[in-house]
Amino acid sequence: MAKGIKDKVAILGMGCAKFGERWDMDADSLMVEAYEEAIADAGIDTSQIDAAWLGVAFDAVNIGPSGIPLATALRLKNIGVTKVENYCASGTESFRGAVYAVASGAADIALALGVEKLKDTGYGGLPVRTRGTMHDMTGITGSAPGNFAQLASAYRSVHGVSKDDLKRAMAHVSVKSHANGAKNPKAHLQKAIDMDTVLNAPMIAEPLGLFDCCGVSDGAACAIVTTPEIARALGKTDLVTVKALQIAASNGWEMQQGGGWNGSFFHTTRIAAAKAYEEAGITNPREQISLMEVHDCFSVTELVTMEDLFVSQEGNGWRDVLDGFFDADGTIPCQIDGGLKCFGHPIGASGLRMIYENYLQLLGRAGPRQRQTPPSLALSHNLGGMPSQNVSAIAIVGMADA
Amino acid sequence: MTTDIGILSFGAYVPRGRLQRQAVYAANAWFAPGLRGLAKGERATANWDEDTITMAVEAARDTLVGIDRAQVGTVSLASTTLPFADRLNAGVVKEALVLDDATAAIDVTGSQRAATSQLIQALNAAGSAARPHLALATEMRKARPASEGELVYGDAAAGVLVGQGDVIARFLGSHSTTIDFVDHFRSTGAEFDYTWESRWIRDEGYTGLIGAAIKAALAKFGVEGAAIDRFIVPITLRGVADGLAKRAGVKAEAVVESLSQTVGEAGVAHATLLLAAALEAAAPGEKILLVGFGQGVDVLLFETTAAIANLPARRGVKGSIARGAKTDNYMRFLFHRGLLGLDRGMRAEADQKQPGTTLWRNRKAVFGLVGGRCTKTGTVQFPKSDISVNPNDHAIGTQEDYPLADVAAKIVTYTADSLTYSPNPPSYYGLIDFEGGGRMMAEFADVDPSDVEVGRDMMMMFRIKSVDEMRDFTKYFWKAVPVA
Repeated sequence: MAKGIKDKVAILGMGCAKFGERWDMDADSLMVEAYEEAIADAGIDTSQIDAAWLGVAFDAVNIGPSGIPLATALRLKNIGVTKVENYCASGTESFRGAVYAVASGAADIALALGVEKLKDTGYGGLPVRTRGTMHDMTGITGSAPGNFAQLASAYRSVHGVSKDDLKRAMAHVSVKSHANGAKNPKAHLQKAIDMDTVLNAPMIAEPLGLFDCCGVSDGAACAIVTTPEIARALGKTDLVTVKALQIAASNGWEMQQGGGWNGSFFHTTRIAAAKAYEEAGITNPREQISLMEVHDCFSVTELVTMEDLFVSQEGNGWRDVLDGFFDADGTIPCQIDGGLKCFGHPIGASGLRMIYENYLQLLGRAGPRQRQTPPSLALSHNLGGMPSQNVSAIAIVGMADA
Repeated sequence: MTTDIGILSFGAYVPRGRLQRQAVYAANAWFAPGLRGLAKGERATANWDEDTITMAVEAARDTLVGIDRAQVGTVSLASTTLPFADRLNAGVVKEALVLDDATAAIDVTGSQRAATSQLIQALNAAGSAARPHLALATEMRKARPASEGELVYGDAAAGVLVGQGDVIARFLGSHSTTIDFVDHFRSTGAEFDYTWESRWIRDEGYTGLIGAAIKAALAKFGVEGAAIDRFIVPITLRGVADGLAKRAGVKAEAVVESLSQTVGEAGVAHATLLLAAALEAAAPGEKILLVGFGQGVDVLLFETTAAIANLPARRGVKGSIARGAKTDNYMRFLFHRGLLGLDRGMRAEADQKQPGTTLWRNRKAVFGLVGGRCTKTGTVQFPKSDISVNPNDHAIGTQEDYPLADVAAKIVTYTADSLTYSPNPPSYYGLIDFEGGGRMMAEFADVDPSDVEVGRDMMMMFRIKSVDEMRDFTKYFWKAVPVA
């Protein structure tokens, strides 16, 4: 493996817009809201940014193609701006662009911004979109919950878990995230819910009920990155650095090679996780990682992701969930900010929103939801696509000296 | 003996839905109480994703059980309800069956006797044809709500393979008359039939014209009515076939049951469907008289041979009827026929535009469900690609065609999706594994909640994928259905 980028890049500043049904805002204003906080946090001005990456996924109801919308909204100084799209990993993908630019020495200071304006579609859920003409002829016409719901049927079958047990574990995931989101003023949904509410909710895609699904919302998040040396020169003392950044994309194996994959896990997450741990020097994630933000687009996704990240033993994720291992006061809190479940999922923004929470927690700036035991290594994880064909992204950040 | 001309094989397809006529009547009795007499039994109703092309494909697959498809020289499609007015409908069927490109294809239409006329033409040409003719008949007639047709009609398709050789039923001759008797009509582009008084149709049409044609045909064939073992008149109006048999001296037990209470009258397909039902039940040495009616009459005579006992098992008419699932959901039936404007929501607005170029390039994969098999590693995949999906082999261009439509499959994952737009929610789909390799994410059709579980046996059926409503183009693909 390549030697990696551990500790080569520091986060200079971050910002996050209030997520929700932002009827009052266009994507441009959401970008500015996240950027304002980030640039103030970084303590620099716009002219110091050398390059920028924009993560955004849905063009139909959004800002259109190219990096121009970001350059225009922030009035960037005619620098290189690249738009990236990698499904729900788009936010982390934009971060990767900025981080790699700094790590390579091509840029001193780079910006990553993710945004999505979903509430202009006219309905709940993600917009229906084409996946290319061949897929439109042969692929299923399904929804995101339908795609991820299939994890559950396979998981039950592979691990011999009853429908009721899995449904209860899934419900616990949602109850936990709502309890956490209730403490977060930037979350879309800030109301705690109980188990019965989740179990008795209307079915969206079997076995995912309404409360097994994350919200759809508008939002933006931003990161400004630089080298540790420049960060220190700019007066930063507590440095959060990037320990690992890995992305893995499906090559068709899961979907096409009969018998090769059983449908109960994410092949790419396992690969990205193994590479990220190697890059960060992590040998026992269950003991070394202190905080996680994972892609909880659906409750079942979070549950199997715990296994794919090698934190829970295969087939035991549902037990860890029910045991409270991932609760805010558990061993490794997961979605301490409320997660996608409560923030909603503005596609391009989510990856950066997760890193934002980890960044705040590491610096002890998370307010009422601040983890009392100081986190040392925090992981964020995104999934784009669907279980059978996806992009998995992992970012591990930690204190520079950790 | 190998110079015999006749029927080599047969098959049928009746869609699974069986709308209970009582439910239709119950909804319409306030308006049309006179329909009460027809409110008995059930009628076959195609699912939302079926049309005359998809039904014909299934009937053809049934007909071709045990037959080397490379043998088929011509495929013809008889119907008055084909989806395309200017695009060879039989051509789509040919592609779905993955028949040789050197196959002739023709649509036969314009009259309710199109199927019998199609058969006569095929049989007459068989003597000089090197390869057999796959004659398919398929019909899905639309009727206005609260009309007699709505209760009487049924959707179905059937097929026969005709040619020379070891036939299961020898063709003994035909007789046709052509008379512009307008019992009903439908103008080009119109949706519904306009029908004249049923008593006049029965007396002048059925009794008069068919009766005369049968008499003339029997005389021409030199066969007494009493010698007929299976007497097929594809009209479901009670007593018509019995009356005609009696007048022609045909024994009452020879009359082939009209399927009026189980399938309904399948229009052009009904003659072929009843012929398939007769062949299914026939022993060697039986004489089968087949009638077609529509602006004249066709009469055909067959005699079964010893070969009929050797045909491999198929779904046939019996299997199709057994596969039926009763439904009382009249509203769903109306919606699926485009007769009820339900609010479909914004998700139904997705543009389904089909680039002709992509369809042309991928026609084998899309229409025929032909995947690829790596000649080096044996890896089977769908769709075929330049580089195999086998992670241990990156050789380029090693794949050969590998048809998957007839390969058994099992469910690996599934869901029932209530969010995505489907005309028949929830939408069932999931990952399926094919026996011997290959897998795909497939939509499921004809599924009940009890049908889906990991490991469940599935088979593939040709169905409508979606309809481009802006440009009026139907897209077809394969779906997984539970093995009955």
